[in-house]
Amino acid sequence: MAEFRNSSGGRIDRARPLTFRFNGKRYQGFSGDTLASALLANGVHLVGRSFKYHRPRGIVTAGAEEPNALVQLETGGYFEPNLRATQVELYDGLTASSQNAWPSVDFDIGAINGFFSKLFVAGFYYKTFMHPRSFWMRVYEPIIRRAAAGARAPSEADPDTYDKMHAHCDVLVAGAGPAGLMAALEAAKAGARVIVADEQAEFGGSLLGETSGIDGIPAAQWVEKMRADLAAFPEVRLLPRTTVTGYYDHNYLIMAERKTDHLGRGMGGVRQRLWKVRAKRVVLATGAHERPLVFADNDRPGIMLAGAARAYVNRYGVKPGNTGVVFTNNDSAYEAAIDLAKTGCRIEAIIDVRPQATGAMAQKARAAGLRIICGAAIAGVEGAKRVKAVEIAPLSSDGETVGGPVKRIECDFVAVSGGWTPAVHLLSQSGGKLRFDEAKACFVPNVSVQAETSAGACNGTLFLEGALEEGAKAGRAAVEAVGLMPAQESALPKVETVEAAPIHALWIVPGKKPVGHGKAKHFVDAQNDVTAADIMLASREGYRSVEHLKRYTTTGMGTDQGKTSNVNALAILSRTLSSPIPSVGTTTFRPPYTPVTYGTLAGRDVGELSDVARVTPMHGWHVARGAVFEDVGQWKRPWYYPKDGESLREAVNRECLAVRNGVGILDASTLGKIDIQGPDAAEFLNRVYTNAWSKLGIGRCRYGIMCKEDGMVFDDGVTTRLGENHFLMTTTTGNAAAVLDRLEDYLQTEWPDLKVYLTSVTEHWATASIAGPKARELVGELAPDLDLSNDAFPFMSMKEATVAGLAARIYRISFTGELSYEINVPAYQGMALWEAIFAAGETHGLTPYGTETMHVLRAEKGFIIVGQETDGTVTPFDLGMDWIVSTKKPDFVGKRSFSRPDTARTDRKQLVGLLTEDPEEVLPEGAQITADADGTPPMPMLGHVTSSYWSATLGRSIAMALIADGGNRQDTTVHAPLGVKTLACKVVKPVFFDSEGARLNG
Amino acid sequence: MADAMMTADAGERAGALSRLFQGGEASTTAGPLTLSEMPVPGQINLRGNPSDAAFAEAVAKVLGCRLPVAANTVEKGGDFSLLWLGPDEWLVLTAPGAEAELSAGLVEALAGQHFAITDVTGNRALFRLSGTPAREVLAKGCSLDLHPSRFATGQCAQTLLARSGIILSQVDDAPSYDILPRRSFAEYTWRWLEDAMAEYR
Repeated sequence: MAEFRNSSGGRIDRARPLTFRFNGKRYQGFSGDTLASALLANGVHLVGRSFKYHRPRGIVTAGAEEPNALVQLETGGYFEPNLRATQVELYDGLTASSQNAWPSVDFDIGAINGFFSKLFVAGFYYKTFMHPRSFWMRVYEPIIRRAAAGARAPSEADPDTYDKMHAHCDVLVAGAGPAGLMAALEAAKAGARVIVADEQAEFGGSLLGETSGIDGIPAAQWVEKMRADLAAFPEVRLLPRTTVTGYYDHNYLIMAERKTDHLGRGMGGVRQRLWKVRAKRVVLATGAHERPLVFADNDRPGIMLAGAARAYVNRYGVKPGNTGVVFTNNDSAYEAAIDLAKTGCRIEAIIDVRPQATGAMAQKARAAGLRIICGAAIAGVEGAKRVKAVEIAPLSSDGETVGGPVKRIECDFVAVSGGWTPAVHLLSQSGGKLRFDEAKACFVPNVSVQAETSAGACNGTLFLEGALEEGAKAGRAAVEAVGLMPAQESALPKVETVEAAPIHALWIVPGKKPVGHGKAKHFVDAQNDVTAADIMLASREGYRSVEHLKRYTTTGMGTDQGKTSNVNALAILSRTLSSPIPSVGTTTFRPPYTPVTYGTLAGRDVGELSDVARVTPMHGWHVARGAVFEDVGQWKRPWYYPKDGESLREAVNRECLAVRNGVGILDASTLGKIDIQGPDAAEFLNRVYTNAWSKLGIGRCRYGIMCKEDGMVFDDGVTTRLGENHFLMTTTTGNAAAVLDRLEDYLQTEWPDLKVYLTSVTEHWATASIAGPKARELVGELAPDLDLSNDAFPFMSMKEATVAGLAARIYRISFTGELSYEINVPAYQGMALWEAIFAAGETHGLTPYGTETMHVLRAEKGFIIVGQETDGTVTPFDLGMDWIVSTKKPDFVGKRSFSRPDTARTDRKQLVGLLTEDPEEVLPEGAQITADADGTPPMPMLGHVTSSYWSATLGRSIAMALIADGGNRQDTTVHAPLGVKTLACKVVKPVFFDSEGARLNG
Repeated sequence: MADAMMTADAGERAGALSRLFQGGEASTTAGPLTLSEMPVPGQINLRGNPSDAAFAEAVAKVLGCRLPVAANTVEKGGDFSLLWLGPDEWLVLTAPGAEAELSAGLVEALAGQHFAITDVTGNRALFRLSGTPAREVLAKGCSLDLHPSRFATGQCAQTLLARSGIILSQVDDAPSYDILPRRSFAEYTWRWLEDAMAEYR
């Protein structure tokens, strides 16, 4: 058995020993241990080095509030930094090491910082490293970062699985200590849906370290009985190892569950789970954190909180040392002293800053044979890596100085209590307000903003009987609030209550020299190495607001967020400012309560589940053909189909020529499609498109541009009249949902009088677009009964026909400038159609082409792409598409804006074609265009290149650009300065091929 | 021969997962859970004004069941279900292939009224998830409260499952749920569900 492990007692399983490594050394602990308790059992107090001064640091607490004992676990993908040893459940084979220590925790080079501590005073970031300015990024910051360390980020992917779960309940109980358990049971008995979450492995909270009994049975047994009672209710969900980390609006709470951490890493299944809870009522029963006293060199290893010392001995059967001193300003440490003495520690004395100790608790301690020294304080500490002795001196009556004879007491641990701070984090996150309770010397909940109640220690009720009573009351109130009938009231559990003597707030314990003088340091925030002197200096320097103080000194930052230090820090600020604590206030608590892993936040949104990959019915064919895909919104669209190791350009050249000279096919299924029905359908289109729709014949198609109210192009597409009151609109792929939303919004809010119904049919149709001079031949074979002559089936019309045995709609529209048929069948027949087309197409040399070829072909024709030629600042006129804007219609969306002076300017950026002087040069898209060939920046920019390609058809490059006054720059030369070179370009009309449109008819 | 190759079987309907389960049945199990893609049902989107008695009566006559007007409820007819999607919008799910006749019947019965009947059979895939932990599986990606007291057999909702919009409908107390993602989201939704089911294996 390890040296400091008692042979009996505690909640550990001595039959299940576990081996672990810490800083390279092997140790043994037991099932039920935390890493901290197992280290203490082995006499290891020194677990880390501090942030700035690299002072040796030990374990201070037994829970979430731990400021010092930060460790990193495991290696490789399982490496995890910033864990609190006090919360890490021991498992067999665990490997941990200290942070902030290099090369080792025993010999730490950074400790030299301690000798230069004058450099590291409050706000040192802003003072010491100011000059020269250029040194900050290159020299100071990297060095500070390395020295401060914190933790390293893991460098490998985490192999474990994390996920998320939504949950709903009537009552969420945060914390399963005495108050939480009572609240949960009352809620459960009323039939409520209850969630009980507790961050620890076992329910019970403070009761797990309690020696007294409840209802005549040991506290731990009572907890187990409560847990079993709760578990029997079908609507109760019990979640141990689950921290409520965030409290957001409308009673939405986030919880982090550690499902398998206690078993080790790589256990399979889900390691950690993020719960997203919507609770009708919340009972906060989050307990309280003990805070230290701020005395000289109070950070030495071996000095820990009294409640923690008590928890270690009672819950884990571990002695914090052999010989201890208890130092306190309140009664709770007396219980620790009594329990420690009972379980084999020698308690030399209880040092109480209060002038007398006459209360019931003091009498109990005396009866247990303990010596109490009243009106005294620890004025100094001996020992660096472990406390060796303390110096006790009488306190002056005002508590400002120590004087008189100094008594030296040898000890190897000190148990300290400066009082208790209710864990009001979640209440504060919820928007609730606090008030300072002078008598209890702590902040307590004052005003609730959301549907919650605080009960027990987190409400400032620091005695067991009160916590049980408040918990029961909160549970009953919660079920009543959700409309349930509370169960019949039962008697509260019976506990022994010792009346507590009042606490005596002593925010700074004077040392032998005034605070800030001499070598001794009075630490307030151990994690951030902030001392009382730092806070006093900051307030002298004008940082009077507690929020400023926090940022200037870094007090309350870091992984513990000042759980043990905040109240001491602001009390010292208040003292320095001579301003009462309530008017100094507290900093705001923000989520998370304790750190949450990135894995938990990411959940399953990783790898192939990180986003939706929308695929068309023909996707499998594209994959089999080796297509390279392009992301268009969430869609995967074939970009090009490389053959025999072709490059993008080679493949696109081949695909382009195949369409221009033979026949090609494009999967166009992704276009948005909206079915529009109703007697006002044509009028509706008149209002949303810039051109006129009333006279479109049935079975005919028309291209339309849709503007926003500001007159800027929003979307475009072809709409077909299927019947007198029935249209099918197509939209761009990326805008499909946005267009439907906008149109539906107009119908519901602007024009509710219009009788029009919209239905999305984007996904209903699969579309194969066959284009090229040989398209008619191929389609003729597939649809032998259809007359494909230009007279019978002209450009911009639609026919219903049987294609390859499938009922289809064929649209004769063209985005390539070639004779083109877009064949549509229901999605469930898309692949059948595609395969049938290829079966027939083989003899015609049918070539599949992707979006890149589509882009080149349409650019050759000067067809725009919304989002490429437009960017929300471009009108149809800017695109040279005056023809599409009706001058006769009384109104349409965007019309009014065309007469705005800026929109009506004639020298706006306008769409032009660009031909580089050197036909081999392809301009980069986005390149800026200037009037002069060789200016020095900054020089006026005329605009930018919107599209640019190599055109295999033309054997040269082509580009489109938006440039100022483009219409008047025809045939002039402009320049594209590219840094390494400047390309001269001729401004031309943005149509490069078949400007008369002869090819459309084949 | 060439003709045969050029002609597809018009009666054959490819499921949305035919790429992932080539030729095979899209179905998977994990412990007590079963997830299957159902044969592509006929899907008709119906729009109209339910407070117009003529509309409601004509629909009821053709479908033989009441038009559900309570939000997120489902009415069952012979071999179809009628899902409430909005105050003036419903989705009719029919036996595969029955949608054309049903559409025609509705169009005829509603002649002269303002309505919209749209064949959307290709719009969505239909998955069925069954088994005791089904509710928990869905809770991993759906923020609705699926507790039986809040969402029971006969109820439906349009919601998000992870990153995909779906129509969700509870079909029995096993519980079994119909999950209808848009067809292009089907592969993602399937993969996501399979992944979420893994812990119950």
